[in-house]
Amino acid sequence: MSLLFSSHPLLKIFGRFKNKGQKQNGDLSLFCAQVSPGFDLQGVCILEFITYLIRGISLGSVYAIIALGYTMVYGIAKMLNFAHGDIIMIGGYVAFTVMTTLALPSYLAVIAAILFCTLLGVAIERIAYKPLRGATPLAVLITAIGMSYFLQNIALLIFGSDPKMFTSVVPLESVRFYYDGSGLLGVKAFWTGAADPVLPDKLQNADVLTISGVMIVTILVSVAIMIALMVFIKKSKTGRAMLAVSEDKGAAQLMGVNVNKTIAITFAIGSALAAVAGVLLCSAYPTLTPYTGSMPGIKAFVAAVFGGIGSIPGAMVGGILLGIIEIFSTAYISSQLADAIVFSVLIIVLLVKPTGILGKKISEKV
Amino acid sequence: MALLTVKDLEVYYGKINALKGISFEVNEGEIVALIGANGVGKTTTLHAISGLIPSASGSILFDGKELTKLPAHKIVELGIAQVPEGRRIFQQLSVYENLKLGAFTRKDKNIDQTLQTVYSHFPRLKERRKQQAGTLSGGEQQMLAMGRAMMSAPRLVLMDEPSMGLSPLLVKEVFEIIKAMHDSGITVLLVEQNAKMALSIADRAYVLETGNIAMSGDAKALMDDERVKKAYLGA
Repeated sequence: MSLLFSSHPLLKIFGRFKNKGQKQNGDLSLFCAQVSPGFDLQGVCILEFITYLIRGISLGSVYAIIALGYTMVYGIAKMLNFAHGDIIMIGGYVAFTVMTTLALPSYLAVIAAILFCTLLGVAIERIAYKPLRGATPLAVLITAIGMSYFLQNIALLIFGSDPKMFTSVVPLESVRFYYDGSGLLGVKAFWTGAADPVLPDKLQNADVLTISGVMIVTILVSVAIMIALMVFIKKSKTGRAMLAVSEDKGAAQLMGVNVNKTIAITFAIGSALAAVAGVLLCSAYPTLTPYTGSMPGIKAFVAAVFGGIGSIPGAMVGGILLGIIEIFSTAYISSQLADAIVFSVLIIVLLVKPTGILGKKISEKV
Repeated sequence: MALLTVKDLEVYYGKINALKGISFEVNEGEIVALIGANGVGKTTTLHAISGLIPSASGSILFDGKELTKLPAHKIVELGIAQVPEGRRIFQQLSVYENLKLGAFTRKDKNIDQTLQTVYSHFPRLKERRKQQAGTLSGGEQQMLAMGRAMMSAPRLVLMDEPSMGLSPLLVKEVFEIIKAMHDSGITVLLVEQNAKMALSIADRAYVLETGNIAMSGDAKALMDDERVKKAYLGA
């Protein structure tokens, strides 16, 4: 059970559990099995639940960032960019190259990944998708799938099939919450490469809830991105142009909106978000291969459909819910069935509400 | 020289020849009506002027500038706004956001002033400025589409079937507003199936028949023309 549990690659994103100062790595099921007689079992189960919930939100945040790219491109260019997941992988490789091969600081790696992916996204749109504007949706879809394989094989050609070990860009290893029956006793941050903080006596024997730094940063970054994106779309002129194009391209042109430019900006934003997702994903799950992006890409696509494709709040809600469902299914039902459960929930949601959770049906009024 | 000169304009939809070389002019300060039955190419003409569809041959000169090679968003910048058929307002956005989009190409500081002018023409839009545009009634949506066109401070407004789907009372109101827009100095090219209404406010008119201009002349004279009466005015 434990082996299956930790073998799920995406789960490695999330924190390791450490008990009472003992440097003992392991997942919660292992921890529960070691509960000594007289231990507060109910407390452990609540703790377990909270840990899974945070893991779920964190995984879901990554899905949400990726789903935003899918949903924005779908909303504005009316196409499913199946190469979107592979931009994540390219972002990972760019950051890896800057950090490990060039030995530059991690913040430069993040910036490089974002810049490179932004340009790549715009270039892909220009070269592969723009000539197909007005073509049948199927032709565009097949081109996107072709582009996905193209990116994977380019990465294979340059970096080979050997997995690369990605160093986390987050220097915060974990945050630990110390508590006992009477409540929270203290919070300590553990930094990578730094000496562990000295624990005062009262914390020595307290219970510990450990949340990994990557998990915290992932959630914070996602929230910041979502707020920024909402404000950008609602308040900026370009944002309004995007909304106009997504609703009626022709009418938007009649307002003087440059549709081609708006679509290019959408691809730029989506790809920049994919780069961020790539760096966060690789920081949590350090094994980088040319196929790293495909599964999270598909999951994020599911999240976008789940929330209502074309809807930005929908992508956020869909992503986070998907993450939580996936983690809870893995933890409480079966790690092998987790994906099946995730997709079943998608099917049920689509049966009940075909437009997704927050998808709107526009009534035609002439 | 005319404000808008269309010369030998040809437009194809695939192999279908929608416009077979039409020529007409709109002078500054005029209301010119383009009338004709369904499917003769009225909307196509307006779409070609706005750059929404490519022209196969011929020329469209606006204030001396050739439009046929320009992208649609550049044409708006030159001062041509369109009130499209079926209004095509942005249903998900608020009334205010729709109006702001109308001024998308403007970089001057008088946008708020234009907004107040629009609100004074359409008090209903001011009342409902925060409402989602899709929830407006058909008449209000037509008002919004017209107000949105005014927001770009255009020299020429292309109106495509503004009376479509409206009650006779609202049609009258819409035509009053077209007159008011015209009085404020905007030149109007009006496409209408409601020939009677169109001819009643137009200075001149062109009658379009299957991709060709069949007749043209003074609006009052056309109204008295036996052929026009018979074919379009139901007399």
